[in-house]
Amino acid sequence: MEMTNNEYDKLTKKMSPDTKLYKTLPKAFFIGGLICCLGQALFNLYTFWGLNEQNARSVTSITLVFFSALLTGLKLYDKIAKHGGAGTLVPITGFANSVVAPALEFKTEGFILGTAAKMFVIAGPVIVYGIITSVLYGIILYLVQLGG
Amino acid sequence: MATLIKDGTISMNTCPSVSAFAAAVGKMEGEGPLANCFDYIADDVTLGESSWEKSESKLQQIAFSTALSKGNFSEKNIDVLFAGDLLNQCVSSSYGARDTEIPFLGLFGACSTMAESLGLASVFVDSGAAVNAAAVTSSHFCSAERQFRLPVNYGGQRTPTAQWTATAAGCAVVSPHGNAPYVRAFTIGKIKDMGITDANNMGAAMAAAAYDTISRHLCNTNQSIDNFDLILTGDLGKVGRDILMELFKKDNVDISEKHKDCGIMLFDPKKQDVHAGGSGCGCSASVLCSYILGEIRQGKLNKVLFAATGALMSPTIVQQGESIPGISHAVELSSC
Repeated sequence: MEMTNNEYDKLTKKMSPDTKLYKTLPKAFFIGGLICCLGQALFNLYTFWGLNEQNARSVTSITLVFFSALLTGLKLYDKIAKHGGAGTLVPITGFANSVVAPALEFKTEGFILGTAAKMFVIAGPVIVYGIITSVLYGIILYLVQLGG
Repeated sequence: MATLIKDGTISMNTCPSVSAFAAAVGKMEGEGPLANCFDYIADDVTLGESSWEKSESKLQQIAFSTALSKGNFSEKNIDVLFAGDLLNQCVSSSYGARDTEIPFLGLFGACSTMAESLGLASVFVDSGAAVNAAAVTSSHFCSAERQFRLPVNYGGQRTPTAQWTATAAGCAVVSPHGNAPYVRAFTIGKIKDMGITDANNMGAAMAAAAYDTISRHLCNTNQSIDNFDLILTGDLGKVGRDILMELFKKDNVDISEKHKDCGIMLFDPKKQDVHAGGSGCGCSASVLCSYILGEIRQGKLNKVLFAATGALMSPTIVQQGESIPGISHAVELSSC
């Protein structure tokens, strides 16, 4: 076969179907939007029940995380996420799923070396770089305020 | 006695027989178009075991023991067992065979392992190194996902070029005498790396290897596509098949009428959501050791070139930025 890697790459790109964005984008928008609406509804409900704004926000997040974890355990979350894409990945529910899924998957290797050690295998980078970014942000804010 | 023709192609002088074969598959594979051809269809993906790796071992054991009983063999009749799977250290195979007393050779050729093991078993039998040799391979969707990709319950999306690892196992017993199919020749694959780095496009990583092995086999045996009823690739899937057609087109050879791919045959692309098709050692093994070998035995297919394809992918090396090498081994089977 007389073909360079470059030519092969072009052939591969030509033969590989692209993601059908006209289908995936609206689905992500609606399913992600639905999760956010659910969050807003929960927040309104908790405020209606007498919680102050700060507490209502926390309890809303906790409720969403709980349902995401439950649906992951019931093997339903991945079926929703298959259609939801970024719509189920970006909200806090996606983060909960990314922690619970490996925790359950690696249970067969034990609670220490399996569940606990592998729990953050997907979410770990988000936590690490989230913390680093927040520290950098804090330093920048401190310097700006010092100058101002 | 098996003789080297040239450049990796070995001719079998006695044409050993694939005297017995069997395929065991998971529930989803058992709902596909070849459902009626399988010897065993599991009710659930666990097969009653406590881990995915154990489930895969059990599937391999079922395929092996079914093939032995179909051919009226006992374990004592098998002189060597060639076994392989996708998992690290070939655990499905070694744990699947640990209760036997059969001399064991573990193989890794990724999804090409069925052709590799069948070819080696045939060389052993043809050369007199074994009277009866068995070749068995397996894969399991869940054990492969957790090793190569993400936990099964993680809510990720698969790309259109991604393939679905089959939960399946196939076993073939090669003997010096017996009914069709007969093994005529074996071409050992060469590693072909065309720089594909997308772990979700295995078809592209393997198509070049399939092209090399098929064309080399035809050239070394002085045959053309017209000599065959079927050119059967392992698990290129839709993307890999399209690339393979294009590669042959450049040589002015049209194989589209003669070509089929196990990855496309195992699942129903309309009803079953497997994106580009099936993959895994068990994919080509289960299609070969059920429908294809059955058709050859009945004389409905006379000459088949079985070229299983493997993407020799390691998540570690791919994360280091390396590309994915592909390989394809080919076994020529005939009905007389």
